[in-house]
Amino acid sequence: MTTGHYREKVIESLLYLSGVTAVIILFLICIFLFKDGLALFQKYPLVEFLTGTKWYPTSEPHQFGLLPLLFGSMIVTFGAIVLSVPLGIVVAIYISELAGAKEAEVLKPLIEILAGIPSVVYGFFGLVVLVPLLQNTFDLPTGQNALAGSIMLGIMALPTIISISEDAISSVPRAIKEGSLALGSTEWQTINKVIIPAALSGISAAVMLGIGRAIGETMTVLMVTGNTAVIPGFPEGLFAPVRTMTATVALEMGEVPQGSEHFYALFAIGSVLFITTFITNIIAEYIKRKYRFNLGSGQ
Amino acid sequence: MFKRTKLYKTFILITVFLVVGFTFAGIGCVDKSTEDASNVSEGTGVKQSIIVKGSDTVLPLSQAEAEDFMLKNADKSITVIGGGSGVGIAALIDGEVEIAMASRSMKDSEIEEAKQKGINPVETTIGWDGIAVVVNPENPVSQLTFTQLKAIYDGNISNWKDVGGEDRKITVISRDSSSGTYEYFKEEVLLKSEYRQDALVQPATGAIVQEVAQNKGAIGYIGYAYVDNSVKALALDGGEGIFVPATQEKILSGEYPLARQLFYYTNGEPHGLVKEFVDYVMSAEGQSIVSEVGYFPAIQ
Repeated sequence: MTTGHYREKVIESLLYLSGVTAVIILFLICIFLFKDGLALFQKYPLVEFLTGTKWYPTSEPHQFGLLPLLFGSMIVTFGAIVLSVPLGIVVAIYISELAGAKEAEVLKPLIEILAGIPSVVYGFFGLVVLVPLLQNTFDLPTGQNALAGSIMLGIMALPTIISISEDAISSVPRAIKEGSLALGSTEWQTINKVIIPAALSGISAAVMLGIGRAIGETMTVLMVTGNTAVIPGFPEGLFAPVRTMTATVALEMGEVPQGSEHFYALFAIGSVLFITTFITNIIAEYIKRKYRFNLGSGQ
Repeated sequence: MFKRTKLYKTFILITVFLVVGFTFAGIGCVDKSTEDASNVSEGTGVKQSIIVKGSDTVLPLSQAEAEDFMLKNADKSITVIGGGSGVGIAALIDGEVEIAMASRSMKDSEIEEAKQKGINPVETTIGWDGIAVVVNPENPVSQLTFTQLKAIYDGNISNWKDVGGEDRKITVISRDSSSGTYEYFKEEVLLKSEYRQDALVQPATGAIVQEVAQNKGAIGYIGYAYVDNSVKALALDGGEGIFVPATQEKILSGEYPLARQLFYYTNGEPHGLVKEFVDYVMSAEGQSIVSEVGYFPAIQ
């Protein structure tokens, strides 16, 4: 009895320890990131960092303008979401509502495989296949542009969007769906007017998580977007080269001398990136929780 | 039954933790002892393994040299790592590596930082490299003056027709700022003014070749060793009034304006294994490898 209790305690504390370690690591990363990020502003004004339109980190004097990189990330992510959300939702509807059980069993793992492909492989494919294709199709000065990044990121965000939307759609109570059909609605009307509205918050959470995935992606965008640090116009900026925050850190981390302003500027970008994805995830989590609650009251 | 599965689970859990724990403890120990053993040969106190790190331009050369050197000295180990000239120099300053490879000279700020940390960087020229300015083979332009090249790269010229080509927008391609070639080009061609803001930035030379090969309006700069049939190297006029083609003879004769030295930086005059390796690279044998890799020997 007592030995069993003792054993139980040991295991419990070991598991507790593992959990706590993960949290501590997260906190240490935060502290480290923000400490070095904030160090920039002892020498370089915060306002200039946040509103600067030029990124010339190695010239004299340095210019660390966040805006081109921030807008670069935003336009690529925007494009990715515009491309992947409709497609993702349609696929999710098909899998959960229209496909037969066997078909869904084949489709779902195949889509999961998309998530398992390394991002450098996506990048390579984009660089060799997509970039020349875009350039020739639209007769652009270069195919390395925001659109190429958006298309690749869109494909990469698809598995997240599909699987979470699919969860949301299939957890819409049967009774609601059957009720709609019993009232004489067609299958399309049921999907369009009943199921999608009921699953909307789950789908929104999927979209937010897809955004989070797209903003944080580095290797693929580094390889296909051209990395030009100019503020993109909208919407024509989709066809121009852009540079994202992640690509900047990845490109410049190598050269930068430790403890220089440039070094801290990269950490400041890292902090901005961290805050962005953090907020996105919190919103997604919030929407998801709300949707669970709704579902509970619906049943 | 229930109790037995629970016991079994407990057993598994504890085993897993113990195995993991011991493995980590083990890794620490083994690492330390092998490091001590391999770094220092008995009695002499001379390191038997060194790390060479830095420029991606020098990387293939150093790899070939190290392979040959280790083939002849089986008991010695030389690790070669890329990352860019700046990375290698920073590692030398931090005392992490014995040799830094660089495709540019150390900056004054770097030398100062090194001195502060008690590192005395000594420069050895191990070879020469030519930087080729490349365009798509279908581009009719086949020569540029430095003034035109500067104007293309700083943003004053944006159309090929302004330098005698077709009416086509110029897609300007640069390396990222951790590349030694980036700094070198900025100093030699841009005369330290800025690269144009809308230049494409590529993380690797291979990516520049790839883009130029498939983009009719593109221009980029790459190490001579990377020039192949998919791109066309331009003849350049460095201000002398003659266009010099990017060929081996012209680079070796010093006529080609974009030729640069490749360096090894060591802490103080090389000694021990570092000296053995540098001496090997500078030997007739080592210098023939320089030519094989596609660069040009330091000693002619």
